[in-house]
Amino acid sequence: MPRGYAGNYLEVDLSKENTRETSFDEATLEAYFGGRGLAAKILLDKLGKNWAEVDPLGPENVLTVLTGPMTGIYPGTRVCCSGKSPLSNSIVGSTVSSEFASELRFSGFDGLIIKGKANSPVYILVTDEGCELRDASHVWGMLGEETLKTLNAEVVNELESRKPKSGRLREPGLLYIGPAGENLVRTAAIISKLGHAAGYGGYGAVMGSKNLKAIAVKGRGPMPDVAAPETVKILLREVQRRLARTQTRIRFWGTAYGGYSIGAERSAEPIRNWQEEWHDEKRFGVPYFSTRFWVKRSCSDFNCIIGCMKLSCIKTGKWKGDITDTPDYELQAYLGTNFGIFAPEACIHLSSLIDNLGHSGINGANTMGFAAELYQRGILKKEDLGFELKWGDADAFDKLARLIAERKKVGNVLAEGTYRAAKKISEIKDVDVTPYAVHVKGIEVGAHGTRSGLDKNPISYAASTQGGDHMSTVRDGYNDMLIVFYDSSVNCWFCRDDLIWDFARAITGWEINKHKWCTDQGQRILTVEQATLLMGGPDVFWDPDKDFDNPPRFYEPLPTGPHKGKTTNKDLVERLKKGYYEAVGWDERGVPTTETLAKLGLKELEPTMKKMRK
Amino acid sequence: MPFPGLEVPHLCAQCDDYPCVKSCPVGALSVDENTKAVIVDQEKCTSCGDCIEACPGNVPFLHPKHNKAVICDLCGGDPECVKACQEGGFNALHLVSDSRMDIHKKLFARDPLDVAKDLAINLFGEKGEEVV
Repeated sequence: MPRGYAGNYLEVDLSKENTRETSFDEATLEAYFGGRGLAAKILLDKLGKNWAEVDPLGPENVLTVLTGPMTGIYPGTRVCCSGKSPLSNSIVGSTVSSEFASELRFSGFDGLIIKGKANSPVYILVTDEGCELRDASHVWGMLGEETLKTLNAEVVNELESRKPKSGRLREPGLLYIGPAGENLVRTAAIISKLGHAAGYGGYGAVMGSKNLKAIAVKGRGPMPDVAAPETVKILLREVQRRLARTQTRIRFWGTAYGGYSIGAERSAEPIRNWQEEWHDEKRFGVPYFSTRFWVKRSCSDFNCIIGCMKLSCIKTGKWKGDITDTPDYELQAYLGTNFGIFAPEACIHLSSLIDNLGHSGINGANTMGFAAELYQRGILKKEDLGFELKWGDADAFDKLARLIAERKKVGNVLAEGTYRAAKKISEIKDVDVTPYAVHVKGIEVGAHGTRSGLDKNPISYAASTQGGDHMSTVRDGYNDMLIVFYDSSVNCWFCRDDLIWDFARAITGWEINKHKWCTDQGQRILTVEQATLLMGGPDVFWDPDKDFDNPPRFYEPLPTGPHKGKTTNKDLVERLKKGYYEAVGWDERGVPTTETLAKLGLKELEPTMKKMRK
Repeated sequence: MPFPGLEVPHLCAQCDDYPCVKSCPVGALSVDENTKAVIVDQEKCTSCGDCIEACPGNVPFLHPKHNKAVICDLCGGDPECVKACQEGGFNALHLVSDSRMDIHKKLFARDPLDVAKDLAINLFGEKGEEVV
């Protein structure tokens, strides 16, 4: 077995209620590494033959929960959830920071591959001994916080009773879904702990479609062997020392400094569903969050040196008792300014609510902002919603979040995600509402605009295989493979350091370096993702000429602020896109070329890709 | 521990009266002369779990692999956890020398659930009482 891997992957079939252990050969692991990369390989093998017919919310879809060889060793431990996404109908690697990852590795497994559909709600419990399915009907329908507390207590009691008098057990690692995921809201997230979410891709709905409420893991074994233990020890100390010195801003403020500065300084923050991108509301700055609501500043997951999540609690007023993490910049923007809300308190309340309901704070909130714009334009009316939905009214957005999670009234349409909801509402209302939908390839855009030119580059989302994902954005076809590496190894992007390549060699013993990754392995992973994106189906087929582009809103000029009038240059987007496609070996429409497929050893994709080319 | 975000360090407080050593029926636990830390004799340990029950903080645990009691031995007087914490800039752990110790060490020997409970009430106010 290659070093750094426990070597065992659990394959769970929920329909047949059986589990078995599987493993991969060394060549596969070296080529795809783990996490996002290995997920692409597994999905391609299992679903690739009839990708277009696989319903993302059907029992045939495969949900993978994978770690990588460096998870739990390199600082910033994350776990990568993947599958056929119900939003983009392609592969999205959605990572979440959690003790789940390290507990999984302690229990002697590298990941879970879940298929089928359980007859009644279940949760999976993984321990050192293996994996079992347990009844979850008593937690089905519960909000996030209750689910977490119930399952934590249940699992700890169960395990302590199995092995009495062996010492206090720490809480298990837990991935769970809220009511949104259970009701198959396409933007639902997989949540871990409190306020940690794998948001992009809508894998909460995939878990819900499998009747799987949660996955709990408790391992007590050692980490897998590494190739050069002494080197890893030295490197770990050095990386931690470096991160403590270089990431001081994120360590002290989290990403919450962005709530004011990205809007005011860069004009790239979504405001009222991206109608504006600039604000100068100093009340929404991080000092107001930190002095009034942050109750704990150094608060991090296992093996994280940074601790960008600060614990917030509202202590007085009508939302008393709401607990959430920071909120970080994305949620400040999407649950604050994007709703026209500039009060820290309302933003904290909404982020606590959105996690409890199991929505994705970016994707679900984008859809909610989209609905509010339709209300502003008189397309959605009070009778559709049951209440008035005005910008800045936190109570109305509170109701809307619940409406979507329960799929009631117009919430049933909005639960399909921005892209599908826009198509449906256009049909129902007989007005074209697609220009107001801010998504790329079905995935709602993260809270970083391209129009002012000071934040993301113009093709960040347009050419990305993961659409609107703000982390895995496109740069030059070389350096953007780095995030693919962090998603595959699976580690946190905030813990990035050049020593990771030495780390990778010390752990696995393979000859891995940046250049090889960026020109070979990373390219292979992206090419698989792009191929599945082109295959699409069954309800959505993307047209590379039309759909691989920024949303229409990004071509409107900015209406306010110091960068008033600036916009994304369409010609520039086209030119940059062609350059990027050339760099990663795809043709000018984004279809992988024959030579690239041959070079990367993906010849089985050639027949399908041939049909896509012109 | 009982609630995410409220992880508390769960470390041996080095009590002066060593309830764990007294509780051991086979004499597998002893006190190191230099560091005053508790040393486990793995050959003698019978995995009975008495030391875990005797400890006011529930600190010892049975090792998952060889099933023998594990108690902090202070890494021979130079604990690695303290070094790592200080390198990371958290400064949450300190090494206290005997001469400066004017508080009874047993004050720190508490069950992690109790510590977390206090912390929750401290941080979350009234909400903290329902949290734990």
